[in-house]
Amino acid sequence: MYSFEYEKAGSVDAASQAIKSDDEAKLLAGGMTYIPTLKQRLASPTKVIDLAGLGDLSGISVSGGTVTIGAMTRHAAVANSAEVQSAIPALAKLAGGIGDPQVRNRGTIGGSISNNDPAADYPAALVGLGATVKTNEREIAADDFFTGQFETALNEGEIVTSVSFPVPEKAGYMKFPNPASRYAIVGVFAAKTGDGTRVAVTGAGEAGVFRVAEMESALGSNWSADAVAGVSVGQGDLNSDIHASAEYRAHLVTVMAKRAVAEAG
Amino acid sequence: MAVTVNLTVNGAQHTVECEERTLLVQLLREHLGLTGTHVGCDTSQCGACVVHVDGESLKSCTMLAAQAEGANITTIEGLANGDELHPMQQAFHENHGLQCGFCTPGMIMSSVDLLKNNPTPSEQEIRHWLEGNICRCTGYHNIVKSIQACADKMKAA
Ligand SMILES: Cc1cc2nc3c(=O)[nH]c(=O)nc-3n(C[C@H](O)[C@H](O)[C@H](O)COP(=O)(O)OP(=O)(O)OC[C@H]3O[C@@H](n4cnc5c(N)ncnc54)[C@H](O)[C@@H]3O)c2cc1C
Ligand code: FES
Ligand code: FES
Repeated sequence: MYSFEYEKAGSVDAASQAIKSDDEAKLLAGGMTYIPTLKQRLASPTKVIDLAGLGDLSGISVSGGTVTIGAMTRHAAVANSAEVQSAIPALAKLAGGIGDPQVRNRGTIGGSISNNDPAADYPAALVGLGATVKTNEREIAADDFFTGQFETALNEGEIVTSVSFPVPEKAGYMKFPNPASRYAIVGVFAAKTGDGTRVAVTGAGEAGVFRVAEMESALGSNWSADAVAGVSVGQGDLNSDIHASAEYRAHLVTVMAKRAVAEAG
Repeated sequence: MAVTVNLTVNGAQHTVECEERTLLVQLLREHLGLTGTHVGCDTSQCGACVVHVDGESLKSCTMLAAQAEGANITTIEGLANGDELHPMQQAFHENHGLQCGFCTPGMIMSSVDLLKNNPTPSEQEIRHWLEGNICRCTGYHNIVKSIQACADKMKAA
């Protein structure tokens, strides 16, 4: 690791100012991505600004058909929350399937979505449920938030403060995990919401999470695993790596979509 | 550049001066000499470094020492009660839950956290819980057996 200064953020605004006034300063949340990055000398920040002390960034609340999760809320807290389990069981299950128990005890929803790893789980839930990301500056619809592999709509110094999920009629998430890391080789989140049907795929796309319009319309007229069984995605924009070829990933998208719909019931 | 970290480790209070980039595992091993906590990888995947911070298991190779300011930490050295092994250590001993022993401190710290959350885990639940702990020797069977034996013993007690 290169050396850096370490600072505990006193407030979201102070952290944002610190980032804006120093190009090379960086935020730290759970550290489950950023600390390994530092260890491998893939980053050399001047200053690391730890959000951990900011109590108002963590916590879960449910009201009026919306589940709101603070940016610093750990994956384990979402997985074990009785409120999330009853309002959106698929979301609790998704959080409980991230990495391993020790990763879930540290990793946060804000860090996960800001990092936007193309194989991360949360992006599928945000896009699959039509969530809204709240920052210190504005609100961003999930569909507009994830802009590409490891890229988001966040501006320099913009900090995610919470994510709001509308409670769906039903939803399911199914992933085919990488057996070593548990990241998604393919993960599909399918939901029937007040605003229609949504299907979001993570792990497969070169540019990160994407929706499958053809599956959404098929499910709109017939919510059943059979409805998506005949729909396949093109291989053109899919990842191909040592873990799975684009062809295999395309196959898995259909299989995981069927299982996600079946699980949603 | 340096930070001062105040923390409690296995019941003893320490004040440690270290660099900002010092990892918690380095503080434990290099500053406090507690070498029972191991480092087995660079990628936060192996779990050899698992300790308890404020009662929760986590990977001490993936936390800055500075983030542990004010924390209460238990390492493998802090589990036994004098000469009396912790029931989980005893169970690993009796069930041949280790071969080379490299993964064992992390396995045991992780398993103790499991039983705190779920005192009667099924075999499946034990195997899932150990997703973050890699063992290159045992094939896991005797590790799972050890944890089951410990759970049974603690239930009976
Ligand atoms: C062994 C292992 C297995 C894993 N398996 C999975 C898996 O199966 N599925 C999965 O989805 N993930 C997985 N992860 C990643 C994990 O989910 C982390 O949550 C994720 O890496 C990032 O969250 P974090 O809180 O640790 O963020 P950090 O690592 O602290 O930060 C990540 C990035 O986001 C920025 N950031 C953090 N918080 C904010 C904020 N509030 N606003 C703006 N920017 C911010 C940081 O500056 C940094 O660039 C795994 C990680 C490990 C180490
Ligand atoms: S040394 Fe910490 S996970 Fe491998
Ligand atoms: S006993 Fe050797 S690595 Fe587990």
